[in-house]
Amino acid sequence: MVSIWFFIGISLAVNGALILAAGIYQLVNPPENPSVVLYHLHANVWWGAALLVFGLIYCFKFAPKRKS
Amino acid sequence: MTPLLATGVPTRLVHLSPVDVVIVVFYFALVLSIGGYLKGRANTGEDFFMAGREMTAWVAGLSFLSANLGALELMGWAGSAYQYGILATHWYWIGAIPAMLFLALVMMPFYYISRTHSVPGYLKLRFGEPSRALSAVSFAFMTVLMSGVNMFAMAKVMQIVLGWDINFSIWVSSLTVAVYVTLGGLRSAIFNEVLQFFLIWAGALLIPILGLYEAGGWTNLKLQIAQRASEQYVHLWSGLGSFSTNPMGIHWTGIVFGLGAVISTGYWTTDFLVVQRVLAAKDLRSAEIAPIIGAAFKMAVPFIVILPGLIGLAVLPVKLVPESVARLTGGHSYNDVLPLMLARYCGPGLLGLGVTALIAGFMSGMAGNVSAFTTVWTYDIYRPFINRKASDHHYVNMGRWTTIIGVLISIGTAYLVMQFASIMDYVQALFSFFIAPLFGTVVLGMLWKRTTGPGGFWGLLCGTLCSISMWTWVKLDPSALRYVALSPHAKGLAQDMYQALWSFITCVVVTVLVSLATKPIPDSQLTGLVYGLTKVPSVGDVPLYQKPLFWAAVVTVVFIALNIIFW
Repeated sequence: MVSIWFFIGISLAVNGALILAAGIYQLVNPPENPSVVLYHLHANVWWGAALLVFGLIYCFKFAPKRKS
Repeated sequence: MTPLLATGVPTRLVHLSPVDVVIVVFYFALVLSIGGYLKGRANTGEDFFMAGREMTAWVAGLSFLSANLGALELMGWAGSAYQYGILATHWYWIGAIPAMLFLALVMMPFYYISRTHSVPGYLKLRFGEPSRALSAVSFAFMTVLMSGVNMFAMAKVMQIVLGWDINFSIWVSSLTVAVYVTLGGLRSAIFNEVLQFFLIWAGALLIPILGLYEAGGWTNLKLQIAQRASEQYVHLWSGLGSFSTNPMGIHWTGIVFGLGAVISTGYWTTDFLVVQRVLAAKDLRSAEIAPIIGAAFKMAVPFIVILPGLIGLAVLPVKLVPESVARLTGGHSYNDVLPLMLARYCGPGLLGLGVTALIAGFMSGMAGNVSAFTTVWTYDIYRPFINRKASDHHYVNMGRWTTIIGVLISIGTAYLVMQFASIMDYVQALFSFFIAPLFGTVVLGMLWKRTTGPGGFWGLLCGTLCSISMWTWVKLDPSALRYVALSPHAKGLAQDMYQALWSFITCVVVTVLVSLATKPIPDSQLTGLVYGLTKVPSVGDVPLYQKPLFWAAVVTVVFIALNIIFW
């Protein structure tokens, strides 16, 4: 059976990738009037990257084993 | 639970970007996929109702915590932290940790050894059918009603926060839960709860991190709160010497004995919604470790719930007001603090994750209600009283249909609440009536062999009636609170604490008196059910760091240290 931790890895990796992509887009195209406080910290870039890395580690560590 | 209703015209608090919508949609797709994947593994009663009893300690422990980590609790207690300060943390620390450790070390061996499917099932083994029937019917009835009440409240929150249509929120979220629980049973509910646990942390953890950064650290945050509210807002215990010296209007006896000893212990050890997750553990050691893992993470929950409320008190430019005032003025209520903080710090993508965390919290709570209802209905009502001799396959089918029917009843309740909002308060109050006396009955049954069947039944009934009587008395005459809570300065929350305390005492006294007046149960019938007559199996020859007692001691030390630090 596929481990629950694998599903969690997928969830975190996909969400992390989407958030990171949105953050990079904002870095490249900075909004004139940022809608959030502390915009200069670019939280979506590093938080998205952290989720992506964490998720990928879980995906690889708990990936379903292939039957020989 | 803090009500989150607002009947005024809602104003949307946040706006989702396309990437936020993709994140929300991906979440729904993933939980449905997990349900579909697990469909083939829910063919027997043990699989469907007990997840095959093969969950590891980590999965059972995180699910145990997640079933209680609903969105309404997150938003409600963040609002309470804004309103009452750090005192709200008591509901996460003394109001949970000792109870979870008590469940792990004292009660879980009996639940597990007896191989019961449910808490009413234990009552049947210990006290006989009448106690099981009273407990099962009240639990099943109240669970689906509570699920409907929560569903409506959540749909209302989604309308206020996101501008979503109430019907859309109710039907999409509840049908999603119905599909994945019907397909995969308890295993599917547990898997999704663990997933939701991670999403809640991923979505909510950034708020306190950025909030502390903006406030300039914990020391500066305390100074700002003292300036804008009161110094008592950042002390856990020092203001509890009197009802009038703390923002909650409560005394330490209410917190320690009412909340810590009765309400929380009753909830965490006898509410089948949470206990069911631990019963699904693969062995006794996992079943004992699971609540301890839950306790360790429960201690950290104030970081994502209470701290955002406190930070909101310090940094938000607007002053939040009670719900009743917000309705009249169109301002923001205390309960809006978490969405406001989400909108304050979270840009595109992060906002979608935060909203997903709220939806996930709601759905994990609802799945917990539905799966617990299904098990209690099938094993404790349908099988013993309606159809005793059906096949295992028949009961699994009954479980699937009950899941769908339970969700439909919940939806009906949600629409009923929409028409008559005051029902919500009554249902929440009704649910609380059963918790304290049920704890009295179960704990006496486990620890005192002289407790008899009639003693357990009449104690449970009288304790429940005592709770209902006090609630009705205060409802008819609000000044009666001074007698229930023992002080004219007591406020609303104090009522719950003392009401629980008196109903627990009533239950225990009646149980003891009736038991002493009735014929004892022979010791031979109590083996495996009562302390002193049961040989509790060892957790095995494992290293110290794998023993439940060791980790319970670690959690206890951290728990005491936290209470001293924030005294």
